[in-house]
Amino acid sequence: MSSRTIILEKIKQNQPTATSVLPNLDILGLEAFDVLEKYKTVLKGIGGDFLEVKDYDAVIDFVKKNYALDKRIITTLPELSEIADTDWFNDEPHTLENVELTLIKAHFGVAENSALWVTDALLGQRVTAFITQYLAIVVHKKDIVATMHQGYDRIGDQEYGFGTFIAGPSKTADIEQSLVLGAHGARGLIVFIMD
Amino acid sequence: MKNNLEHSEAAAIFNKDVKRVDWHDETLWFVREKRDKAAHQIPEWELLREMASEIKNNVLSNIHDYLLEFESNAQKNGIVVHWAADAEEHNKIVHSIMEKHGVKQMVKSKSMLTEECHLNEYLSEKGIDVIDSDLGERIVQLRKEPPSHIVLPAIHLKKEDVSETFHEHLGTEKGNNDPQYLTEAARLHLRDTFLTRKVALTGVNFAIAETGEIVVCTNEGNADMGAHLADVHIACMGFEKIIPQRKHLSVFLRLLARSATGQPITTFSSHFKKPRDGKEMHIVIVDNGRTTQLGREDFRNSLKCIRCGACMNTCPVYRRSGGHSYHNAVAGPIGSILAPNLDMNKNADLPFASTLCGSCTNVCPVKIDIHDQLYKWRQVLVKEGHAPLGKTIAMNGMATVLANPMVFDLAGKVGRFVMKNIPVLVNNSLNPWYKQREMPAPPNESFREWYKKNGTEFNNKNNE
Repeated sequence: MSSRTIILEKIKQNQPTATSVLPNLDILGLEAFDVLEKYKTVLKGIGGDFLEVKDYDAVIDFVKKNYALDKRIITTLPELSEIADTDWFNDEPHTLENVELTLIKAHFGVAENSALWVTDALLGQRVTAFITQYLAIVVHKKDIVATMHQGYDRIGDQEYGFGTFIAGPSKTADIEQSLVLGAHGARGLIVFIMD
Repeated sequence: MKNNLEHSEAAAIFNKDVKRVDWHDETLWFVREKRDKAAHQIPEWELLREMASEIKNNVLSNIHDYLLEFESNAQKNGIVVHWAADAEEHNKIVHSIMEKHGVKQMVKSKSMLTEECHLNEYLSEKGIDVIDSDLGERIVQLRKEPPSHIVLPAIHLKKEDVSETFHEHLGTEKGNNDPQYLTEAARLHLRDTFLTRKVALTGVNFAIAETGEIVVCTNEGNADMGAHLADVHIACMGFEKIIPQRKHLSVFLRLLARSATGQPITTFSSHFKKPRDGKEMHIVIVDNGRTTQLGREDFRNSLKCIRCGACMNTCPVYRRSGGHSYHNAVAGPIGSILAPNLDMNKNADLPFASTLCGSCTNVCPVKIDIHDQLYKWRQVLVKEGHAPLGKTIAMNGMATVLANPMVFDLAGKVGRFVMKNIPVLVNNSLNPWYKQREMPAPPNESFREWYKKNGTEFNNKNNE
């Protein structure tokens, strides 16, 4: 007999006979708070930064002023093609190792933990959000939800090969609990909160 | 024969450096306090714990069907699913995937399951070079030590230790103890690893039956760097990681990082549903004793664990004895109820490494009755003859004394006499109660003696 058969048989024999029902989750995540304010406070608290912007022109201005334009900048957003490459989607992912700044968009954000939901459709390549030195994510104000419960309602049965919640820059506290930003992934995250 | 020191023996060695023990204690308590602050910010925290516990109860009673559902959906997503009855088979499966691709190098992100299965040792014997990519894991790997904590693998080390290790292995500047500098050195060293490995292995935090996807949570992004750059992604999971539906992640992701480190969520909560185009993804589902634990009614709740480590951070014994004293991949309170299931003889000491104060149970995000299970394991282990000889003799002696009032009385008199007149007989290292503390001053008389003299008068006064 295969291990699969043996394991499944043994599980069937040993699992509790009385079946527990799944709880109703609808009563969760109903607390009231200012969603935008909460989002901004939590993001700052975990080492991220934000800028409220009206449109993509404001993003372009900010990038021009704050990042080294002679280094490699990539984006999946056609609106930002003035400052960033848009023709790298089919490149070998390893070639993205020299990317200084990546600009992408999130499906939505979550106020309680400042996480942003992105999937491979928005990432271009899965590794972009991780291999880049700095990461910038655009999210619309109306797309910030209160808690993870509303977040998963938004995801619903969305189709994706890969999706991730990103909350702040990559970090570690493995050396004596000292917080260090930029462990392996992005050293910094700025969120452009757009009208 | 046991290869390892018993918990109390190993703890005694750890306890020799008093300052370091105090530092270890305070560091973990600091993490526990962060957990409290994070939990108190969620008005419905207790409700969330209850929901998580109920979802996990449902999982335990339907796990057979959920696993089949998960397998079938994962396969539809293009993932190859393997089943491993024990650690040996798990290691063989991982190795066979490497062999199939003719690859001799692997980059790994943190997985306590592979620690449990001793995968690194197995692969290294087969000539495969494994590099752990979580910073804490990498530090202990370079030092040839196991992790001492499931979330904070190098929590037992000071920055001076890390600095020395990195100086030796990565050529960092001697005596530079700056965490920022040391982390940067590891970043550069591991970046090169990520860019050159064709096989990446990760653990699994949650596997979703409904969709056939897995979720991996990290702060560093190392699991993602590995998996998204490699041709082959192998994910290893104990079968208890299954949850019914995607929406249930909302409950567990709210609880996990807050319980673990006090963060509102880990930096990355990555959902792997399908392999990248043209690439391979494998999932290895492991039993290794879990089916047996599922059949033990008193202990099956331990399979609800989501590996946050909150029970360790709060445990007064763990904090003052260090993770390595538990000689098991998972240390602390939860490890002490999982370990006897793996090997009752080798791990019989662990359920005794607890004050049964219940703090672990109070912080557990999925409401595992940890301290009750520790207590129950003690009954099982003693009944099955796993109690240490010294303890058995002492307990029998104690039973005789307590069963005979005359003997009890005499023993008390002798004890008080000795403590008062020949204190050196009790204030010495042979007396386990003298360790780390002073003995109390002996009273002049026993309560019985006092009661004989004053009892009547005292009762009358109370009844007035």
